[in-house]
Amino acid sequence: MAIEKQKLMLMLRRMWLIRHFEETVIKVYTSGEFGGAAHPYIGEEAVAVGACVALRDSDYIAGNHRSHGHPIAKGGDVKKAMAEIYGRRDGYCKGKGGSMHLADFSIGILGESGIVASSVPVATGAALAAKLQKKDFVSAVFFGDGASNQGACHEAMNLGSVWKLPVIFICENNQYAVTTPYKSTVSSEHIADRAQAYNMPGVLVDGQDAIAMYEATTEAVKRARAGRGPTLIEALTYRFEEHSLGLGRIRRSEYRTAEEVTDWRKRDPIVIHEKKLLETKTATQAEIDAIKAETGKEVDAALEFARQSPFPEAAELYEDMWADKAMPIP
Amino acid sequence: MAQILFMQALNQAIAEEMRRDQKVFLMGEDVRASVYGAAANLSKEFGPDRVIDTPLSENGFFGAAIGASAVGMRPIVETLTSFMWVGMDQLVSQAAKMRYMFGGQVNLPVVFRCVMYYGGGSAAHHSDRSYPVYMNIGGLKVAVPATPRDAKGLLKTAIRDEDPVLFFEDGTLLGTRGDVPENSEVPGGDLLVPFGKAAVHRQGTDCTIVAIAGALPHAMAAAAELEAEGVSVEVVDPRTLVPLDKTTILESVAKTGRCVVVDPASKVCSAASEIMSIVAEEGFWSLQAPMIKVASKQVHVPYTPVLEKLMYPTKDDIKAAIKKTME
Repeated sequence: MAIEKQKLMLMLRRMWLIRHFEETVIKVYTSGEFGGAAHPYIGEEAVAVGACVALRDSDYIAGNHRSHGHPIAKGGDVKKAMAEIYGRRDGYCKGKGGSMHLADFSIGILGESGIVASSVPVATGAALAAKLQKKDFVSAVFFGDGASNQGACHEAMNLGSVWKLPVIFICENNQYAVTTPYKSTVSSEHIADRAQAYNMPGVLVDGQDAIAMYEATTEAVKRARAGRGPTLIEALTYRFEEHSLGLGRIRRSEYRTAEEVTDWRKRDPIVIHEKKLLETKTATQAEIDAIKAETGKEVDAALEFARQSPFPEAAELYEDMWADKAMPIP
Repeated sequence: MAQILFMQALNQAIAEEMRRDQKVFLMGEDVRASVYGAAANLSKEFGPDRVIDTPLSENGFFGAAIGASAVGMRPIVETLTSFMWVGMDQLVSQAAKMRYMFGGQVNLPVVFRCVMYYGGGSAAHHSDRSYPVYMNIGGLKVAVPATPRDAKGLLKTAIRDEDPVLFFEDGTLLGTRGDVPENSEVPGGDLLVPFGKAAVHRQGTDCTIVAIAGALPHAMAAAAELEAEGVSVEVVDPRTLVPLDKTTILESVAKTGRCVVVDPASKVCSAASEIMSIVAEEGFWSLQAPMIKVASKQVHVPYTPVLEKLMYPTKDDIKAAIKKTME
């Protein structure tokens, strides 16, 4: 599949945006600027970026608790994302969602769900709407290997297939549900094998390779838009950092070996992509360096924006509960 | 004005709204065949794309309805209250919370028609009166119609509402008849009953009964019998619990000075509990006697009719409670 340079460079740009964003979040979190939980996406950037670059702006995505990367991959605004994590008024959700609930409905981001697998049926519903409205948008939902064991996930896959909905199920198999290895919780060899039971293609993809993700998603999108139903993509990937910031006990536990982490870190998705760009002479080192530097500055600006943004006023506590402005406060 | 069944009123509301707005569709288990009755003939009129049979998969299709509502559709989901537990994550984590959690970016105009069967020997798994649970969650409007007229008018309002609505259909009322005006007889040509506006079904001066859903006929019967004994009872039907029309309730209690709340739900943390706490906080000085809660016993629904009939509020329980407030 020949992919135009603009898209290949966009993949690099968005992967670097996510990488800088997450590194910044880790840095400021450690310094105690905000609390709560935050789940870094470092190491998995190619999954969201490869998939989202294969989508149109009018397509929908939904994510999970580890979802700083998905909205950025879809073209979201890092300023609003950072401000949201800072709990500020200029954040995507005006400070009401935080790290696990970024959303930008204006560019098809249905929102991230902190309950694993809970957004899978919702994204399937967006695909149902596409079918009922006879429109050609598709819906892609990202979930983890842990979520793949939830009933909601299986129910949604069955619904998507039985109704031939334009939905793409993207399982980010980062090997662990917090600390539990997927091999001890998933009954089939691969999660993608489960697609067979739902009569849809199940594709195993190298999740460290943005181009492979782009190609697999493009194929799934084509199938979805043609009314032939869903695809399950299992992206084999790895979370380079720990499950969550702020969970000290998990940070210290030895559920995975240092060798394993080092081996996976050698398969850094950004390094892999840059190497391909250079090898195919798609981009020069100077172009790559420029993207890295520009995105770094963008994230620095986002951090400054977040820090400057005001906190919500007390009066905003009751706002946004209801579309109906006449609803009384109990 | 026509005398129609509660069930027919629901059917009319759905059909009229589906004719009016192409975005409205119905989904649920066995809705094409209309096993529960309210969807009768809809599949014939609107076809399989707008009357969708779902797998037995509440977590899946509740979520699908919510997702469809987030991107421009107006789904009506038919389910039983007993099956809502299965799809609870979607109702709570998504339908109720999405709008607030995402800073008001999205409206979810989805209606869950929650049929409450109880009192018919169906035992614990198929007999729920669960609306108080959802009052506690927030983000979900809760309708509890008690008459065919309100069933129709509130359901039409629910379907046009921009927020998620849980519309509880009391199984003991589905076969009741009542006057429902023709559309030509109502202003605007559409029977729309607003949310948050209680109905006063009977005026009185001695005691207020607030009666929820299937409690209304028993409350009305109790009030009629007490009138013969010289006690004047006012009967208030909140019609929606979220939003709750506390003004009408407080005004009635201010007039009568006494209050009995009748709720088919289990007694602890019932809708009655909330109503009574409001009256205690905001209407205490009107009260001439302690309020009384007449609700279901705090047990699971037993199968045998001998025991089941003991658990729900009856006309006699209501009469006894009113008399006690008059002592």
